[in-house]
Amino acid sequence: MNVYQAVRDAMATAMAKDDSAVVFGEDVAFGGVFRCTMGLAEEFGKERVFNTPLTEQGIAGFGIGMAAMGHTAIAEIQFADYIFPAFDQLVNEAAKIRYRSGNSFNVGALTVRTPTMAVGHGGLYHSQSPEGFFMGAAGLKVVIPRSPIQAKGLLLGSIRDPNPVIFMEPKILYRSAVEQVPIDDYELPLGKAEILVPGQDLTLLTWGTPVYHCETAMHVLSNPAPELESLIPQSMRGVKIELIDLRSILPWDMETIVESVNRTGRLVIVHEAGMTGGVGGEIASEIQKRCFLKLNAPVRRVTGWDVPVGLQYEKFHIPDAIRVVDAMIETLTY
Amino acid sequence: MASLARVRLAGRAMPRTHLASSPALALSRRGVATTADTTQLQGALPESATEPFTLKLHEDSFQSYLCDTPSLDVSITKDELLTMYKQMQTMRRMEMAADALYKAKMIRGFCHLAIGQEAVSVGMEHGIDPNDRVITGYRCHPFAVLRGGTIKGVLGELLGRQAGMSNGKGGSMHIFTPTFFGGNGIVGAQVPVGAGAAFAQKYRGEKNCTFAMYGDGASNQGQVFEAFNMAKLWNLPTIFVCENNNGRSSNTQYFTRGDRIPGIQVNGMDIIAATQAVKYARNWAVDQDNGPLLLEFVTYRYGGHSMSDPGTTYRTREEVQRMRSTQDPIRGLQRYLEEWGIATEQDLKKLDKEAKAEVDKAVEEAKALKDLWTDIYYKGTEPTSMRGREREEVPLLLNAPLTSLRRLGVSGLSVERGWCRVLGVGA
Repeated sequence: MNVYQAVRDAMATAMAKDDSAVVFGEDVAFGGVFRCTMGLAEEFGKERVFNTPLTEQGIAGFGIGMAAMGHTAIAEIQFADYIFPAFDQLVNEAAKIRYRSGNSFNVGALTVRTPTMAVGHGGLYHSQSPEGFFMGAAGLKVVIPRSPIQAKGLLLGSIRDPNPVIFMEPKILYRSAVEQVPIDDYELPLGKAEILVPGQDLTLLTWGTPVYHCETAMHVLSNPAPELESLIPQSMRGVKIELIDLRSILPWDMETIVESVNRTGRLVIVHEAGMTGGVGGEIASEIQKRCFLKLNAPVRRVTGWDVPVGLQYEKFHIPDAIRVVDAMIETLTY
Repeated sequence: MASLARVRLAGRAMPRTHLASSPALALSRRGVATTADTTQLQGALPESATEPFTLKLHEDSFQSYLCDTPSLDVSITKDELLTMYKQMQTMRRMEMAADALYKAKMIRGFCHLAIGQEAVSVGMEHGIDPNDRVITGYRCHPFAVLRGGTIKGVLGELLGRQAGMSNGKGGSMHIFTPTFFGGNGIVGAQVPVGAGAAFAQKYRGEKNCTFAMYGDGASNQGQVFEAFNMAKLWNLPTIFVCENNNGRSSNTQYFTRGDRIPGIQVNGMDIIAATQAVKYARNWAVDQDNGPLLLEFVTYRYGGHSMSDPGTTYRTREEVQRMRSTQDPIRGLQRYLEEWGIATEQDLKKLDKEAKAEVDKAVEEAKALKDLWTDIYYKGTEPTSMRGREREEVPLLLNAPLTSLRRLGVSGLSVERGWCRVLGVGA
């Protein structure tokens, strides 16, 4: 199963077990632009899987109304870049309704799925990573999976989580990431990072697509190609990098990251969104406060540039393996 | 009086010179009557307080768009009219109490009162089913009470006290009951939420509808039109309710702005007309399954937009005074009750007194106990101490043994000076 099939499988599982669950968004009844809702309308009926007008703010508000009635609302915003018209509903309504109603209402049954991150040629409005904009929206959760198994488990976890969740799916992984996904119903925990590769010399923290660039970077560091060999110090060959997938961006798993950095003394954060106001800044700030005396080098961020994502040369915009290698060498030799 | 009121709408729609140059347009912009005392008794009054009799509404009570107007014949009982009177009077007393508490600086922040608009809130409640849902904007206090809340709960919320319906955490604009989805502070944001709630009702096959309310100001928000479109597209039982208390848009015929959604403009100063329109809307959306409907209540707010707006920059004091003295919804109903021999002046004065007493009691109860120390940390993850803001928030610590203060990192000196602002948890 690839990511889009895993996402579809998660929604089918949720709908089969929960009669109130409905899926709606732009073009979802036709299968959606990334095929994530393929065949759901045929399987569960057009009353439960339906197209909306091009109405992002309306979709979000509509989902909030349904969820407040106790319905499981699975909304799709066709691209994360289009989530900004819905920003008001998500930040001002969904995030705050439990608090401002004294817990008499909540929209925990609302999940907003949206494809995110670069796809190679998306340009300004199809390649952004807006997760950082939601960091201040206490009451929301933001989740980004890295693979099909993760996507299914985290999406089911998000749909059933008692809080509204924005589930961002890295769109380049829809087809490129393939795994043996259990067909059973299973959930993965929200708010928990996962240590993918244990190590003791440097913590490499990331989420979504860059997980794979980071993995490549680790191989380059320990076993460089002949043409790169001269650029990578000999001492780097044996270092043990700890690779962590953050998975939940809000709330982020402070405990796991602090524990890791206390062991390694070094932290490199990689994300596709720009550096200024990005999630990395928040994590770096908290880590330098909590691990100050254990740090051997400043926390380093490898991110997209602080410019709009241009149509051309997207490869150079996003943090690739070489930039990650460079940041790791600098941090390790600080 | 009726004609005067009708001109009022047209006059405000555009500058006078513009009107004068296009008399045809001015005519077409005529609104419904906004009189509160032009309903007529038909036939004889029954003896029993619960036996229905017939009233005839003024012929200009409604205007419609793409549908018929509601019937002008209204069936009602004495009891219902008296209940309406008492509720309107109580709601006004509550809003006046909020006004006083605000001016005494006990209520802080934003506060939007609905004095003058009682015929809409109370009238709605008499036309709808207890299981229908209502969601509105920030002018929400009466709805919160009428939909199952309490006056104490509303005033407690305004005061930021534990007695508040949102534990004092929401404030004026954020009050909820199981069938009332709250006041909402963001202009227009509640309208698509109301469409979603109506979808859930339809999905479950409930014989209910959702009233998604907004003001004439919010009517120009893009998401209101997004909600119109979705509701019509999916034939949802959503009644869009525009409380027109000001009327400043390029098209002030708010009941016509739903495009293919039919609409009715209603005299929102006469509670009998308001109730009749709501019953019509319910029947339209629930019994007939005709999909959404737009109701525009032409009403009038005596106070400013909020506590910080005197409300006299965009209208004259004389205008407000004239509305108050000639078209007040409570006085209108009072006149009916007396003229038709349903109640005497003394009977009504007694009801007024009861309303006042009820509100006064609620004010006192609402003032009790602030609640600042909850809803901050997830249960079980609270830190050992939390800081307060004001001197009276630290009394327990001031009496605590010095050792426990030291444990909290407080020096004796700063405690004596009274500004250390530290509070022990569990206090």
